[in-house]
Amino acid sequence: MLIFEKGKEGRGLSLLPECDVEVVLPEEKNRRELALHLPELSENEISRHYTELAKKCHGVNDGFYPLGSCTMKYNPKINEDMAALPGFTEIHPLQPAHTVQGCMEVMKTLEEYLCEITGMTNMTLQPAAGAHGEFTGLLLIKAYHESRGDKKRTKIIVPDSAHGTNPASAVMAGFSVVSIPSGPDGCVDLEKLREAAGDDVAGLMLTNPNTVGLFDKNILEITKIIHECGGQCYYDGANLNAVMGTVRPGDMGFDVIHLNLHKTFSTPHGGGGPGSGPVGCKEHLAQFLPSVLVEGTDELSFKKAENSIGEMKDFYGNFLVVVRALTYVMTLGKEGIPEASQNAVLNANYMMHKLKDLYTMAYDEVCMHEFVMSLSDLKKKTGVSAMDIAKGLLDNGIHPPTMYFPLIVEEALMVEPTETESKETLDEAIQVFRDLYALAGEDAEQLHNAPVRTPVTRLDEVGAARHPVLKYEF
Amino acid sequence: MELREGLLYSKSHEWVKEEGDIAVIGLTDYAQSELGDLVFVNLPEEGDEISVGEAFSDVESVKAVSDVYAPVSGTVCEINEELMDAPEKINEEPYEAWFVKVKDITEKEELLSAEEYKAFVESEQE
Amino acid sequence: MGTYIPGTKQEQKEMLAEIGFESMEELFGHIPDEVKVKGGLQIPDGMSELEVRKKMTKLAEKNQVFPVIFRGAGAYRHYIPSIVKSVLSKENLMTAYTPYQAEISQGILQSIFEYQTMICEITGMDTSNASVYDGGTAAAESVAMCRERKRAKALVSATTDPKVLETVKTYCYGNEMELVIVPQKDGVTDRDALRELIDKTTACVYIQHPNYYGNLEDAQAIGEIAHEAGAKYIMGVNPISLGVVKTPREYGADVAVGEGQPLGLPLAFGGPYVGFMACVSAMTRKLPGRIVGQTTDHNGKTGYVLTLQAREQHIRREKASSNICSNQALCALAVGVYLASVGSEGLKNIAVQCTSKAHYMAKELEGIGYQVENKGEFFHEFVTVSETPAEKVLFALEGEGILGGYPLDEHRILWCCTEMNSKEDIDRAVSIIKGV
Repeated sequence: MLIFEKGKEGRGLSLLPECDVEVVLPEEKNRRELALHLPELSENEISRHYTELAKKCHGVNDGFYPLGSCTMKYNPKINEDMAALPGFTEIHPLQPAHTVQGCMEVMKTLEEYLCEITGMTNMTLQPAAGAHGEFTGLLLIKAYHESRGDKKRTKIIVPDSAHGTNPASAVMAGFSVVSIPSGPDGCVDLEKLREAAGDDVAGLMLTNPNTVGLFDKNILEITKIIHECGGQCYYDGANLNAVMGTVRPGDMGFDVIHLNLHKTFSTPHGGGGPGSGPVGCKEHLAQFLPSVLVEGTDELSFKKAENSIGEMKDFYGNFLVVVRALTYVMTLGKEGIPEASQNAVLNANYMMHKLKDLYTMAYDEVCMHEFVMSLSDLKKKTGVSAMDIAKGLLDNGIHPPTMYFPLIVEEALMVEPTETESKETLDEAIQVFRDLYALAGEDAEQLHNAPVRTPVTRLDEVGAARHPVLKYEF
Repeated sequence: MELREGLLYSKSHEWVKEEGDIAVIGLTDYAQSELGDLVFVNLPEEGDEISVGEAFSDVESVKAVSDVYAPVSGTVCEINEELMDAPEKINEEPYEAWFVKVKDITEKEELLSAEEYKAFVESEQE
Repeated sequence: MGTYIPGTKQEQKEMLAEIGFESMEELFGHIPDEVKVKGGLQIPDGMSELEVRKKMTKLAEKNQVFPVIFRGAGAYRHYIPSIVKSVLSKENLMTAYTPYQAEISQGILQSIFEYQTMICEITGMDTSNASVYDGGTAAAESVAMCRERKRAKALVSATTDPKVLETVKTYCYGNEMELVIVPQKDGVTDRDALRELIDKTTACVYIQHPNYYGNLEDAQAIGEIAHEAGAKYIMGVNPISLGVVKTPREYGADVAVGEGQPLGLPLAFGGPYVGFMACVSAMTRKLPGRIVGQTTDHNGKTGYVLTLQAREQHIRREKASSNICSNQALCALAVGVYLASVGSEGLKNIAVQCTSKAHYMAKELEGIGYQVENKGEFFHEFVTVSETPAEKVLFALEGEGILGGYPLDEHRILWCCTEMNSKEDIDRAVSIIKGV
């Protein structure tokens, strides 16, 4: 039941005292006349309403969440405690510098740690999400070429296995997109890359490990090809959890990167946000960074970059997410960071190993933190699709892997267990995957109809899109 | 796959009906069945110029979007606004659910008869 | 060193052996040596939870928390009901990903559907999205969504919050829309200048309401100028003001956007906040970002899904008008709980208290010789001019635990009052200012 269908006129909370000054209202021409319907509920009713909603959700805390490319690792509770300190939550963003030294130090410290982890020289914490970071990084590339009077660079090269956000970000930054096909091993086809590289190329966007979970061994050659044609190399940090402490994007030849604090650095996803997408760059791009940079050693202050591209959003980024990420990096430290990556990779390979006799692996070799299975054989044999297996997992209390991505693998399921899952959890999940495979052969119909144990069954998405109902009508 | 005699067909799966100087354009039955349940159609505006081989419209299913290509060059003189509210018509009656009417035609691509189109689709499936 | 890895060293070894490796180094053996980190990362050793807590708490204590705040300028301190924090801390909501798997995400999806309804209610618009990063990006996205093939110029009023304006500028630098600033006159948008600047290539006219200086604009007339030229009309609004001030719908806006922070989110040194975006039904498909719709499941039971997804980047790729692929779901949830807690009368009461207290403070400051710049109506912010340097005034207040208004220049201060400021606070502040 919707919150608007609950409560009674006249109910409510007693939150505020009476107005203690003379009441002033806007003049009639500026006064609201339109009726306003907001819920009228007691606090108990509100509390129960949201408790009921929470029961109809699956978070990381509810069970295994191997959602590929999303790094659904456990969100440590100390992070939440630190982000709730009044010394952080009650600070106005426009307070004088000497009253916010702690906030500045949080930013500066995290910037330094992230620079070291990624091999960059500078970092901005302003972008609010991965997509926002991509847009930021591409604008840095745009400003860089423009500052050199190099106006013919209009293209961004993106592999066909890339996430849809990459091309969309490139267009937002005013570039056109050149998509290059991946080789049979899912990695960049060097010949195709050489063909595409020219003096109209502004840059390349890449993840490594790539979207099929493999480390592209030609990475130094790839970044060299782009640099030789005068382009810049952009690293999409979506998969950094595989290599933290082992490989640094900066050492692979990348000039600019974005990170997802909500993936790699353990901050919660919040059902879709807020996240945080810091952008790091090498020295030659630092003069274009947005927002403000923290300067100084004893007395910290904000300074704008010399040729800044401007502001990507209001203020300095999702600060409370930054606090959580700093807490996490401080906790893990120089040994914990690589250990997290190693175990993420170990868990993925372990699961892959235990499933590959049944499920077809899209690329049967050592994977990094995730692997991709193709269910097209199973579909041909039994009619059971990747979607059906995913829905079958729901009935077993497991959040399904990412479905139908990357686009270059048919009937794809992309599995990313993360490092924070125990061997028992992995073994149980492996058993569920195996049971579902067997069930596909025995009773495909049951999987076509899954899930049945969830709060609702499969929903009519076609109807929702054809005749959209996007709000409650009073 | 339903075909209709008297219509012409393009290799990118549009149908064309010639009504005097005007060309009426829609999506073939084969195309709609391949695309699945359509939920929205983006149409050009009246007065827009369209050219052979270029996308003039796109259709959306729940999880995909596909371009619709112009089999003729000319000026859009009428659009089927009914499709905006009821895109399901394209699935239900593909040969009634026309997209646009085009006038001042300057160029046409080589179009196929119903029989030729049928053979083309079958050869593509192999 | 802290860790969140359950596997013991022994277990790790066993798992490695099972997949045919002797060590982690061997597992990473296929990575070329020349790109590997040598000698470890140069960051400090990890710490226990207690050590981290002490260190972070010390950092938090280096900041000064002001018990009384008269500063707004884009971030506002309002009362946040206890229930908001309680709901936000529910782990199933906080730790979930974007609701792609609708069957196990009904709670989040329904909360967004309710949020969309509430945003439509307060703004009077037809369709709301599931929210974007913040007010600044909402403004920038709203400008981009109005672009048409032959209309690529955006007119934005100079009375817009400079930070928001900067963000719009950055987005326009990216997508190469032309951005023209409409000058101000007496603290409001200069309508004569607007008439001069607008033409048939204008995609939209954007104003902020109440504007940066707190003033109410002649919003109706500006909308008419926009529409006469065939341009879209966007209003950036303060959501609290909508409890008592006319809605964008009533002023004739096509798109309404704004910063949702005043609705239940803490100041938090600038974020996370939440941007709301709503529009008239004719523009629904131009609206960027996530949208939740109502539908039914196989058994006819009502449920909610992400819908109209073919507009979005993961399907349209380079043809999408925006790359946004998330929303500020948890912040939108806070907005929903906040609005459910205060209710219709409550929102009106808060709005009335804000504007009443601001007028009281303005009058009191006039009483001690400060000139109030605002000529027409203002909401909960206003600007004073005085011979006394702003710096001195603010320093004196700071010494008494009061964060004064925001200094616009050496002598002008932008003040803000909310329901949090009691008459006693205001009187105390005014008497301190008087003594400067």
